[in-house]
Amino acid sequence: MIRASGLTKRYKAVEALRGLDLAVPEGKVLALLGPNGAGKTTAVRCLTTLLKPDAGSATVAGIDVLADPAGARAKIGLSGQYAAVDEHLTGYENLVMVGRLYHLGKSRAQARARELLERFDLSEAADRPSKTYSGGMRRRLDLAGALVAAPPVLILDEPTTGLDVRSRQQMWDVIRELVASGATLLLTTQYLEEADRLADDIVVIDHGQAIAHGTADELKATTGGERIEVVLADVEDRDAAVRTLTEIAVGDVRVSDNGRELSVAVSGRGAGHLLHVLQGFERDSVTVLDAGLRRPTLDDVFLSLTGHATEDAVAGTDDKNKELAK
Amino acid sequence: MSTATQALTDGWVVAQRNLIKIKRVPEVLVFVLISPIMFVLLFAFVFGGAIDPPGSVNYKEWLIAGIFAQTVVFGATFTGAGLAEDMQKGIIDRFRSLPMSSSAVLVGRTTSDVVYNILSLIIMALTGLLVGWRIREGVVDAILGFALLLLFAYAVSWVMAFVGMLVPSVEVINNASFIVIMPLTFVSNAFVPTETFDGALRTIVEWNPVSTLTQASRELFGNTGGFAPTDAWSMQNPVLYTLIWVGVILLVFAPLAVRQYRLTTSK
Repeated sequence: MIRASGLTKRYKAVEALRGLDLAVPEGKVLALLGPNGAGKTTAVRCLTTLLKPDAGSATVAGIDVLADPAGARAKIGLSGQYAAVDEHLTGYENLVMVGRLYHLGKSRAQARARELLERFDLSEAADRPSKTYSGGMRRRLDLAGALVAAPPVLILDEPTTGLDVRSRQQMWDVIRELVASGATLLLTTQYLEEADRLADDIVVIDHGQAIAHGTADELKATTGGERIEVVLADVEDRDAAVRTLTEIAVGDVRVSDNGRELSVAVSGRGAGHLLHVLQGFERDSVTVLDAGLRRPTLDDVFLSLTGHATEDAVAGTDDKNKELAK
Repeated sequence: MSTATQALTDGWVVAQRNLIKIKRVPEVLVFVLISPIMFVLLFAFVFGGAIDPPGSVNYKEWLIAGIFAQTVVFGATFTGAGLAEDMQKGIIDRFRSLPMSSSAVLVGRTTSDVVYNILSLIIMALTGLLVGWRIREGVVDAILGFALLLLFAYAVSWVMAFVGMLVPSVEVINNASFIVIMPLTFVSNAFVPTETFDGALRTIVEWNPVSTLTQASRELFGNTGGFAPTDAWSMQNPVLYTLIWVGVILLVFAPLAVRQYRLTTSK
């Protein structure tokens, strides 16, 4: 449904896109994941005809976006990073206007507006100017605007950036519903968790290039598989525990500052290794408070792919901490 | 639907959106209505005693056409400011992602500003009648006079639409247009008679389209006091000369503005 190859775009000194390839099959969700400045928004702008790439080609629903931009626009619903709504217009007026500019005709545009306001839980606020809306409501209104003409392809540029945890959760629910109803979706995000939850497929993008592609599980596997993590009851047991862990370790055993939390990467089947470790602990009378297998998170993936952490990863962690604090 | 029809229907949808703002932001309405009243009163009473126009007409009556011309030309700033604001807001991304005519945003903006200008002309005419302005030619001529004012204002709107997309902010367009429009309207016969200018300045005044617009309106409203204009061809044929300007401005700036709209990526 969406296909791009070799997209290249240069702004003066900056190469925003360096030969980006993408493909989203019908009914699937692809997440374009990367930090700020990776080229995600530029890619979206090229695909949605807002920007002409310097090189490369793209088709949406079989239509060449460069040869027939107006035709392509009719197939795409775009919801941008900055809610594209008129703040002086009410939610209803915004959607009717968009419907009429899609040439639905006045009465169909009005009916469609009511229907979408209902669906996105905005009926009560329908007749208030949208500048009185919260950030989350504006995003939902914007997304509703993208859906007015029921386009077969949806492109969402950072749909939850800047939203609080609850609004983000609401937005995820809305997006999941869309996906369940068969939409083909390309979404960009800086949130690793978001890509993991919503997408079938993830393309990790950095400096305008795809640096990895796969399902969330496949990407996690690229960091070298699972880790065994144990928490010791008594720091005295540390040396014995390290000895046992070293037997099955790939690389070094990581020991936390307090000496009680140990972790180690393992290869192959993690469960067998875990059993081996626990049997060793039993033999040596090492007591553990907690022991388990941990699959790598997408944060680990990004770190191992790019060799650098992102501010976004840090922000993502903060969000999680906030979530835990609640 | 043909491209032209689509541009007009899409443009009308955008114009309606702009007009809703009148209801939602009453400050705008105040600006549209109060400032013309202020201009009529200020000039009528501040300069009314000091300036004696040629012929049998009194200054207040003679002045009104000049105020009309000045106000509708200044009104074009509104077009530029509105577009500059749109270009900075997310809404332009929505417009640009829709399969609508690429000239619709501009057609809509310039059309809604005609409505603003009609409103301010009505208010000014009423204020003018209060201070002694009268329509002395026929109703048809008067209507032609108002139509010419609106037409010229519409053309200038396209200039400001183009400029509005080049500047980075609303403040810049307001200041920039002030610098251009102030001299354009003051170095004209809008407030003082052409005869009071000398040499090169008089030539500029005579060929300034704001002068001919004012002269044409005065003639159509019957406010010249029977006094003949100066000998320049432009002043002898003010309606035709003004219409030539309207045509040239639209032919140059409408395509330029549409092209600029296509080129400009929102910030």
